[in-house]
Amino acid sequence: MRRNQVAVVGAAETTKLGVIPDMSQIQLHADAALNAIADAGLKLSDIDGIATAVETPQQIAHYLGITPTWADGTSVGGCSFMLHVRHAAAAIEAGLCKTVLITHAESGKSMIGKPPRSIPAYSLQGQFEAPFGVYGPPSMFPIPVLRFMKTYGITHEQIASVAVAQREWAAKNPRAMMKDPITVADVLNSRMIAYPFRLLQCCLVTDGGGALILTSADRAKDFPQKPVYILGTGESVETPMVSQMETFNSSRAFKVAGPLAFKEAGITHKDVDHLMIYDAFAHLPLYGLGDLGFMPYEETGKFIADGNTRPGGKLPLNTNGGGLSYMHSGMYGMYALQESVRQMRGIAPAQVKDAKISVCHGVGGMFAASGTIIFTNEK
Amino acid sequence: MAEAARARPIPTPETQHFWDGTKAGELRLQRCDACDHVYFPPRPFCPACASRKVSVFPASGKATLYSYVINHRPAAPGFTPPYAIAVVTLEEGPRMMTNIVDCPQTPEALVLDMPLKVTFEKLDDAITLPLFAPAKA
Repeated sequence: MRRNQVAVVGAAETTKLGVIPDMSQIQLHADAALNAIADAGLKLSDIDGIATAVETPQQIAHYLGITPTWADGTSVGGCSFMLHVRHAAAAIEAGLCKTVLITHAESGKSMIGKPPRSIPAYSLQGQFEAPFGVYGPPSMFPIPVLRFMKTYGITHEQIASVAVAQREWAAKNPRAMMKDPITVADVLNSRMIAYPFRLLQCCLVTDGGGALILTSADRAKDFPQKPVYILGTGESVETPMVSQMETFNSSRAFKVAGPLAFKEAGITHKDVDHLMIYDAFAHLPLYGLGDLGFMPYEETGKFIADGNTRPGGKLPLNTNGGGLSYMHSGMYGMYALQESVRQMRGIAPAQVKDAKISVCHGVGGMFAASGTIIFTNEK
Repeated sequence: MAEAARARPIPTPETQHFWDGTKAGELRLQRCDACDHVYFPPRPFCPACASRKVSVFPASGKATLYSYVINHRPAAPGFTPPYAIAVVTLEEGPRMMTNIVDCPQTPEALVLDMPLKVTFEKLDDAITLPLFAPAKA
């Protein structure tokens, strides 16, 4: 894909975030979509492309009253929206549609109108993982981390510092769920969930949604918002079974998606002003820093513990507070994208001064899938 | 553990040999006749070279502890927390998820790379699960 040919011209989250018991999941999609359409100064009838996950494109198109010429129902977990951005950019460049709406919503906390998640007993997961007591992401996602820690000499304190740094960012975000300062000791004394991870190393569970609108860069200048261009993109999938990852020392999906996006963008790591790494659990930023090539894995824990990713640090990371402190409806990738767009527009509550390039890296499932989008505000 | 409510696998034609194996006290793996790749979970072709000429063979049952969590909450039906959910590396190469039995479910007792040996736990007439216990010196 060519650089900077497609731009984000509309971006919004649901009117409320957190606990929204008066809205079903599909209405959260609509709330976010209508906010994004207003943000872009468009009418529903201007939308000719639709992408969404969990809910189908036909559900969302029908509910909103959209007649698309392009639809993408890629549903690979929390990074589905990174893949949607990549696919939408390709579709717009190919002339399949002009104006794409990407929606996410999840009634993750209130569970209103949310389809049940289950592992079929005949699937490979159902046969070869479920019988051993896995029960939700906290029992699965952290399984690789003890191996990662042993291989690279990462300490419990270093991983706890991920949550501490992100809470500092969250404190600057009025919409963040958790804003009170925490210490490494607070993290390591919080309630045990799945050793080695404690409550403050696990993502929040909330309700919310978000939507993006993309169009070609040559049209983007006519929109009310400052365009945010798509500079590079990458994606991959590995396995739905965490036990069957090639190695626990890295994520193959991360190692494919991240470098693809950097190569397409034609940038080096030194060019990155702002970074989002989907943090469903506290180890993910360490995998992301290593797998995306920012530094050797051995240095990732110390890098974060030394404060390099906190406000004022040299690599601002998860500046909304992340899934650990901002919000996490279940598929957090959309909120990471929203924060990258805010940073590139220059309107983020914890704005990184003069940021020109933002890398937004997502995960789906338990290291099952990955998508990376690199944004810029300079064409 | 209150085994009655544990999630039960439903075998498919491609995996039936594995569950027949555990019932017979064997941990069965597959090896590609063309490229010698040993793999898991079961499928009737080689995921390394796509050959359909593959053989089922009994594994040694020896493994080492690759990684794990000790799950406290929420607990899966049929499990009493805290319990370890482990991934082991079989002597033949493939990895599998399992539980570690005959061993305290603590970080002190569960040491990465510790040697393990397969043991079998019957759930019902159809399903016997492969679990692992510390190998005796």
